[in-house]
Amino acid sequence: MIRLERRSESSRAMTYLSPILALVLTLLAGIALFSAMGVSPSAALYTFFVEPVTTVYGLTELGVKATPLILIGVALSIGFRCNVWNIGAEGQLTLGAIFGSAVALYFYEVEGFWLLPLMLVAGIIGGMAWAAIPALLRTRFNSSEILTSLMLTYVATLLLSYLVHGPFRDPDGYNFPESRIFHDSAILPIIFDGSRLHLGFALALLVVVAGWILISRSLIGFQLRVMGNAPAAGNYAGFSQKAMIWLSLMLGGGAAGLAGVIEVSGPIGQLLPQISPGYGFTAIIVAFVGRLHPVGVLFAGLLMALSYLGGENAQINLNLPLAVTGVFQGMLLFLLLACDVLIHYRIRFGKRSAIS
Amino acid sequence: MRKTTLLKTLTASMSAAALLIGAVNAQAATKVGFVYVGPVGDHGWSYQHDQGRLELVKEMGSDVETTFVESVPEGADAERVIRKLAGSGHDVIFTTSFGYMNPTLKVAKQFPNVKFEHATGYKRADNISTFSGRFYEGRAVIGTIAGHMSKTGVAGYIASFPIPEVIRGINAFTLAMRKVNPEAQVKVVWVNSWFDPGKEGDATKALIDQGADIITQHTDSPAPLQVAEARGVHAFGQATDMSAFAPNAHLTAIVNNWGPYYIKQTKAAIDGSWKSTDSWVGLKGGMVKMAPYGSAVSADAKTAADAVVAGIIDGSLHPFQGPINNQKGEQVTKQGETVAIGELLGMNWYVEGVQGELPK
Repeated sequence: MIRLERRSESSRAMTYLSPILALVLTLLAGIALFSAMGVSPSAALYTFFVEPVTTVYGLTELGVKATPLILIGVALSIGFRCNVWNIGAEGQLTLGAIFGSAVALYFYEVEGFWLLPLMLVAGIIGGMAWAAIPALLRTRFNSSEILTSLMLTYVATLLLSYLVHGPFRDPDGYNFPESRIFHDSAILPIIFDGSRLHLGFALALLVVVAGWILISRSLIGFQLRVMGNAPAAGNYAGFSQKAMIWLSLMLGGGAAGLAGVIEVSGPIGQLLPQISPGYGFTAIIVAFVGRLHPVGVLFAGLLMALSYLGGENAQINLNLPLAVTGVFQGMLLFLLLACDVLIHYRIRFGKRSAIS
Repeated sequence: MRKTTLLKTLTASMSAAALLIGAVNAQAATKVGFVYVGPVGDHGWSYQHDQGRLELVKEMGSDVETTFVESVPEGADAERVIRKLAGSGHDVIFTTSFGYMNPTLKVAKQFPNVKFEHATGYKRADNISTFSGRFYEGRAVIGTIAGHMSKTGVAGYIASFPIPEVIRGINAFTLAMRKVNPEAQVKVVWVNSWFDPGKEGDATKALIDQGADIITQHTDSPAPLQVAEARGVHAFGQATDMSAFAPNAHLTAIVNNWGPYYIKQTKAAIDGSWKSTDSWVGLKGGMVKMAPYGSAVSADAKTAADAVVAGIIDGSLHPFQGPINNQKGEQVTKQGETVAIGELLGMNWYVEGVQGELPK
């Protein structure tokens, strides 16, 4: 008989051990999965987790793929700590891409060092503006930001679709729904020659540091944590819940907007009808896998990016179906959440004693 | 500076090594890569490309080794996947969705010895060919059948995105339907998706409620056919013979048949005769095929449809033959003329008989 017993206080060791345990269990489950599929588990795991990063180019691609996940993940995790559930980062990312592209297209063929910073700021404003709607609705009418932010994602997608089919459409593009390709001044500089690794990755690392300082070393971070863990105590201390809601959503929206403009001015180089394969949603997972800690998010973002690269690799090298990637990511998250139980509970074997 | 040079040398020697590996592979088997925008599944756009790949494998046997990557998003990821294929010794790479155009262009610059084949785009380079089907020819055939089969004279059209390819299809269908029934009207619903069974099904219901007794679609799911089957109206399959989803409703389907092109281009790449070209192939070249007629298709409709197919193949009939009026009733193409190819490629207006406004 196996049973769970509540710990009197949550285990600090387990907080750090559970992701590692989850990873080990995922690997074991992966070995079982690949064996069942008739693929050599060692070759499969190598293809998934090692081969993508054996080249310099692979490493830079890891950075490219992880950039939006880390950026958004860090900001979302701050909001999640004070129980503000911004599920609509995908929409905020879209608005960031739209605002940044608007600047790039308005100043098309205008050269200038000021253009990129202006685009980045526009992207941040775009994301914040989109996140301001759920913030306002929550603080004014107490409507759930989970629903409003999520719903606004679909509105954002349609807005993007309207723009690339209409006003932002490339005039020389046979009416296909794409903007012009941005000119050089509107493209993020590459920080590693011969790769696609752009300045956005450096910005993402800066955001990790800034996030860490904010959450662990500032009064605001303390307020956020208190409001999350004990809202009543926070209110008693005179912290404003409304301010925390606004702050969380502005941080999340701003970071998502920045990620959006970075995607269009970085690896994509133009505005397309689809600019993100769901980074805003994946970042939610990244935030939780990273234990809502900026450094954890950094690693979680890299891990998640690696699983995508590995999935492509497995298709190319081993002819494995894409679904295997999905199964793999699913297993990782499932096992991680399962292992989290160990933070608050311990496993006991044998019969429950009469006394307890 | 020095670091940069070192890196460049390293990259150069790495690509030299890749070339060498490519050369060795070429002797054994030519590696052909495919990038799909959707899952392979069992019907639709990407499925048909995979059928083409399988045909290539069947034809060439051990002379080729194929790889595919499915569900590759048309954003930042496409470039990495295409580059990965080019860097892993693939000699010919088919990128099978419009959104791969610029990523294909970027990668092709870095791999001058790899042959790239991009579907449905318009940008070419020395090592990039473009290809697409003249699907509007198939639309003319089903439009003809619709003209004969519709009792209400109203057809419902489930459309994806207002791009020239889709608008061209709507116009070709409408022109052909009105040739049979000059009063016919075509109602269009835009679902803003290539694949959304829910929306496609709802749109179909709405169109049937508005009097449409024949449904056609430029989206990938079988939902419109299934709704048509349930409601007792007729419909056409898209990309794949979809009769299995709606045995009674299914009249025929415009089938995307890529196999012959894939075989031709791969053989050309092997014997060295490959050149950058633009192929826009229709019924004549076999890239567009019609699925067998369903049992509901009347004898008249069959005869008329066969005549359209024969006319297009022998060149005596063009789906965009004048006179053609626009929605306002103004003549835009005169008797005896056909719409110019440039106009077809960038089509952004409706012909007379299409209801509703084109989303801009």
